[in-house]
Amino acid sequence: MIPLSWYLTLAAALFCIGLYGVLARKNAVAILMGIELMLNAVNINLVAFWHYLTPTTVSGQMFAIIVFVVAASEAAVGLALIISIYRRRNTVVAEEIDLMKW
Amino acid sequence: MTPDLLTWLIPVPPLLAFFLIVLFTNKDKVLSHTIALVGIGLSWIWSLSIFLRVLGVEHFGEEENVIASSIPWLPVGAESLPMGVLVDPLTAVMLFFVSLACLMIFIYSVGYSNFGKPLDPHDQPGQPPHNGIEPLYSRFFAFLSLFAFGMLTLVVADNVLLMFIGWEIMGLCSYLLIGFWYARDYPDPKQITPRRAAVKAFMTTRVGDVLMLLGIVYLYFQTGTLSFREIMHANGGQAVSMLAGLDSFIPGLSVAGLIGLLLFAGTVGKSAQFPLHVWLPDAMEGPTPVSAMIHAATMVSAGVYAMVRLFPLLSAGWHHGGPLTPPMMAMAAIGAFTALFAATIAVAQNDVKKVLAYSTISQLGYMIAALGIGAYIAAAFHLVTHAFFKALLFLGSGSVIHGVEHGQHHVAHEASHSAKHEASAEAHDPSHNQQSAISNQQSFDPQNMLNMGGLRQKMPVTFWTFLIGGLALSGFPLITAGFWSKDAILGGAWEGEHFIVFAVLAVAAFLTAFYTMRQISLTFLGQPRTQAAEHAKENVWTMTLPLVILSFFAVTAGWVGIPEDFPVLGGLLPNWFHEFVGGTLLEHPPAEVFNLIPLATSLVVALGGLALGWLVYRNIPAGAEDPLQRALGPIHTLLKNKYYFDELYDFIFVRPVRWLSEVFVSAWMDKGLIDGLLHWIGRTSMRLGDAFRNYFDAPIINGAGDLVGEGVKRFGNSFRVIQTGKVQYYLLITMVAVIALGGVFLIFTR
Repeated sequence: MIPLSWYLTLAAALFCIGLYGVLARKNAVAILMGIELMLNAVNINLVAFWHYLTPTTVSGQMFAIIVFVVAASEAAVGLALIISIYRRRNTVVAEEIDLMKW
Repeated sequence: MTPDLLTWLIPVPPLLAFFLIVLFTNKDKVLSHTIALVGIGLSWIWSLSIFLRVLGVEHFGEEENVIASSIPWLPVGAESLPMGVLVDPLTAVMLFFVSLACLMIFIYSVGYSNFGKPLDPHDQPGQPPHNGIEPLYSRFFAFLSLFAFGMLTLVVADNVLLMFIGWEIMGLCSYLLIGFWYARDYPDPKQITPRRAAVKAFMTTRVGDVLMLLGIVYLYFQTGTLSFREIMHANGGQAVSMLAGLDSFIPGLSVAGLIGLLLFAGTVGKSAQFPLHVWLPDAMEGPTPVSAMIHAATMVSAGVYAMVRLFPLLSAGWHHGGPLTPPMMAMAAIGAFTALFAATIAVAQNDVKKVLAYSTISQLGYMIAALGIGAYIAAAFHLVTHAFFKALLFLGSGSVIHGVEHGQHHVAHEASHSAKHEASAEAHDPSHNQQSAISNQQSFDPQNMLNMGGLRQKMPVTFWTFLIGGLALSGFPLITAGFWSKDAILGGAWEGEHFIVFAVLAVAAFLTAFYTMRQISLTFLGQPRTQAAEHAKENVWTMTLPLVILSFFAVTAGWVGIPEDFPVLGGLLPNWFHEFVGGTLLEHPPAEVFNLIPLATSLVVALGGLALGWLVYRNIPAGAEDPLQRALGPIHTLLKNKYYFDELYDFIFVRPVRWLSEVFVSAWMDKGLIDGLLHWIGRTSMRLGDAFRNYFDAPIINGAGDLVGEGVKRFGNSFRVIQTGKVQYYLLITMVAVIALGGVFLIFTR
């Protein structure tokens, strides 16, 4: 039996990888992918906690499914935004997209 | 049309005429006077038809046999004051002569205002015209129409309030018409100008009106109604006897007595009785036909009419031959005194209009005195006959003045013509000449009887009609109206055994005859004393026609009231007036008892006065002084100056009031005290405000506000560098913050 901590460690590692990707990558698409990684790390956490702590209820699974849905929608919206920005400014580099600057 | 509807309509046309003229036709003189004449004409025809209709009614005026209708008008709390019309015998008679007299003034005014002549370019609005048409012609007719409306309203009113409204409308018109020539000024600053006369009349009558209003309020408070019929006729005059039995807050005076005295005060003002008589002679500053006529024949009669109308209230508790009630005492005393007092003044006046003005006061005193001694019918009778002959006399005097003015213009024109002739050699400025002609005629007084004389041949119609009026005024026996009415009053006084009143009135009658003959002699008889009188000319038909018509009534109006048992003549004509007007009262007053003594007295005083007047004044040469001046000496001066009443009132009332208003109220109280206080408050507030601004508002409130704003600004300025717009940077900050917060969380929740 694999202990819970392994799953949590995996999830933490995955989250950190995702976070690093989000913070460090220049390409907006890659940042989006990092976000997906972070979301999936959370999902692992949710499923692991469900399995080890409250296996009789379905709430953990439900949370995971909701996160999937959110992730999918977010990816769709995010990609649409990136395409739109690309069309207008001909770039997908996050550094250069600084219209909200003071 | 039903009689009551017709009665409602009687006052309406003049009112419409007033508004039409004022609002629309002011520019068009012909249209304006046509509207005014049509308006008063309609009123006259309707009044006449009402009069003729009620003549045929048996026992008219008794019980409920009157024309009356009313509508609720003014809601007051739970009650509502009605507005209504009432025609009883008294109203019918009033309607007959009021509307006729008004119509006569209207017609006369057309001629008097020089209708038909072109506008004289020298004439200013608000000044008497020199020889052209009156510049404010339309306005004149508008005011006249409003006046007629007021008088007719007063006459047909069925309650005291509506009567009072008509009364006040006339007060206003009186003011407007006395001051009609508002721009007129005299070289002598002591001579009263129309402006001041108007204000004086208004103020003086106001004294009476306020008291009268108090009386009306008291009456309403006590009886709960203001309707004449309800107060004096309902349930056999129950309300009146109730009032007579009630004690007022003044000991010894019943409520009816107090109300009566208050209402009588209104009459004292309106009918110019002593001591409020001072306004009437000065009212002669108005245009002659109107002002004089209104202030002689119709409007001042309103006061007497009101007293006649309210007689049951005034005499509440009195029975024939019994002691007089307090209001009646007051009326008898004031009336008789005024009759004599004004007659003595009239003797010494030289202004043709002033004589008549004082004569009016005197005659009104007669009527009031007659009411005071209970001679109700005689008072009403004298009211009617006096209205006719006084209207006639006044219009006649206007005609005389107009004629003399015409003569004066003629003379001035001649003079300027000859002057031009003489100066024709040298260069001449015609406007200068015109100027001198005008200034010349201003120094000449066309109203002074000593400037007249011999007008008999020049103005025959005016002379004969004036003579008839004068004889009627002096009570020339048997023929004239004045004789019968005056005889009725004297007879009433004798019969009621009021011998003092009788004696005073008899002396007044003697003086009346004397000054009337003096006036006629000075004006018409003898030789012309000035060139103006020499060249006087008879006036146009619009002025003489009313004279002729009025002179007819000045004679015949008396024949309707000849006592039944008068020797020879009595019974030839029934004593219609007594029968008819007597129906107004609850009980028919007893028939006049014929007595030889009052008749003899009135014969002696009338003929004696006339004869004396003629003997003294029949032939006064030009420039001679009044023979009376020598005979009476200082008394004449006293009379000429009207017993110095104007000066006395000036001293007692006018000057203290002026002092009070100018020195005390205006200078001290208003400018000093109130203004001072206000200025002090203003200055203090300003200083306080300054202090607040400088020491509180600016440093603290503004400072705090500014500090917030400035602080936020600086804060933002220094922190805006972190707003890079780069999303990853934000994320990084977020991460650091989460880690930091998480650390804090871990540490503090452990």
